[in-house]
Amino acid sequence: MEVDTSLSQSSSPVPLPLILQRPSVPAILIAQGAEALLFRSTYLLPSLPCALKYRPSKPYRHPTLDLRLTKHRILSEARVLTKCRREGVPVPGVYALDEGAGWMMIEWVDGEVVRIRLNEWLSRRAQEGVPQGVEDGKLVGLMRRIGSAVGRMHGVGVVHGDLTTSNLMLRPVPAEGVNGGGMLDGEIVLIDFGLASQSTQDEDRAVDLYVLERAFGSTHSKAESLFTEVLGAYEKSFKGANIVLKKLEEVRMRGRKRSMLG
Amino acid sequence: MALECINLEHVPASHTIHAALFQNIKNASFLHQQLLAGNTEFEYALIDASVIISRLHALAAIYRAVNDLLGNKLRSRNVHSEIVFSLSPNNNIAESFRRFGISPETTSLLVIKVSTPSSPAAGEDIQSHLSKVVDGEQVDFSDGVLRAMTDMVRVKKIYKLNYSSGVNGRGKENAVYGSDRTSQDSKELEMLILGSMALRGATN
Ligand SMILES: Nc1ncnc2c1ncn2[C@@H]1O[C@H](COP(=O)(O)OP(=O)(O)OP(=O)(O)O)[C@@H](O)[C@H]1O
Repeated sequence: MEVDTSLSQSSSPVPLPLILQRPSVPAILIAQGAEALLFRSTYLLPSLPCALKYRPSKPYRHPTLDLRLTKHRILSEARVLTKCRREGVPVPGVYALDEGAGWMMIEWVDGEVVRIRLNEWLSRRAQEGVPQGVEDGKLVGLMRRIGSAVGRMHGVGVVHGDLTTSNLMLRPVPAEGVNGGGMLDGEIVLIDFGLASQSTQDEDRAVDLYVLERAFGSTHSKAESLFTEVLGAYEKSFKGANIVLKKLEEVRMRGRKRSMLG
Repeated sequence: MALECINLEHVPASHTIHAALFQNIKNASFLHQQLLAGNTEFEYALIDASVIISRLHALAAIYRAVNDLLGNKLRSRNVHSEIVFSLSPNNNIAESFRRFGISPETTSLLVIKVSTPSSPAAGEDIQSHLSKVVDGEQVDFSDGVLRAMTDMVRVKKIYKLNYSSGVNGRGKENAVYGSDRTSQDSKELEMLILGSMALRGATN
């Protein structure tokens, strides 16, 4: 009754956590992944939006194991987020969590994921008939901001584990605004630390970069050629980044061999 | 200035929160003594307001304590002691009472009362009791008033926050601070404090 009815009426029934059955501004389902549901909800006050990540129990798993896994995942994601935030890595802050109930509330990030912004920008340019490589300034700037944000994260000893353009958000900066040509403007915010871990291994860092590079290659091939801008900014962002870039070459080689065999 | 009744998001209407803020407290020793003696007329969270940076900071602790009450997960005696414990970044309950609870030296006091179905309390009764027993000046429970009471050095020490001076401090190049730099800084501080509180006990 307190919950947005569009949720309960949607075709596949969405399991609502108990917390969303209590009085609040109606929650909105934003994304439904294999492991987690993400709602836009509120924290403490109707005026303070939050992202509520809920990991429903899996009926096919043994209940005890299921609960242990869920708790572990919630706690590990929350722990990595707070560590990042404390050390100045741009990520959503953690508001509250209830690992037993399977949820965590984090800061709501305005804006859109990079994947969507980039595709909009690329298709608009294609429509306008701007050739590749011309007026790429905005895109170059975006790639560099991505490189620094990732480098900052690696520099504090965190690897993401699933670094795609869907897990990078562009938060509008108050002064600039989204419209007026600023589609690629904004601050990079890293999200979805469900597979993240604390590591300073160059191999793990290089795999993060490789995954991101592949993500650019597969979904925004027109931007792929500018991936060197990501790596350039990454290299300057922390001590030891150059070693990671060496490692990246090895990881690429392995990837290529694997795809030749496969 | 009167007692404020607060409804929090995701808290059932059966659990109402009442808050009152006082300054220039003269009888902190007496009030502290009532808690130590377990006087049942003093079932309040009595918080030293000098370690509270904002309304949100206090509300976050209240929310966590009420959520833990609803989930049968209280770690301390009751929801009121749990509110004080919920301000803590670690699992040491006694230490949390010393740091965040009233002490004989307290001069600014935040009083929270949670009315529950098993122990209902009406606003008027709470207000008249507080007016009688608290020797101090009741003030607005607002960010502005709280800010003037906050001992920022102590707060940063308790939550181990020296982010602006650290090597990995939130540098100017990635955080786009507008002209309102100090208010941005205190918002960031608040975010880090909420994170520490939320992660309390997340040790495995
Ligand atoms: N803090 C946030 N603020 C605003 N939107 C967010 C936030 N976190 C996530 N989102 C949105 O919700 C989507 C899903 O979030 P997230 O990736 O964390 O969940 P997930 O279920 O683990 O995803 P996946 O199944 O892709 O791993 C994101 O792509 C983004 O659009």
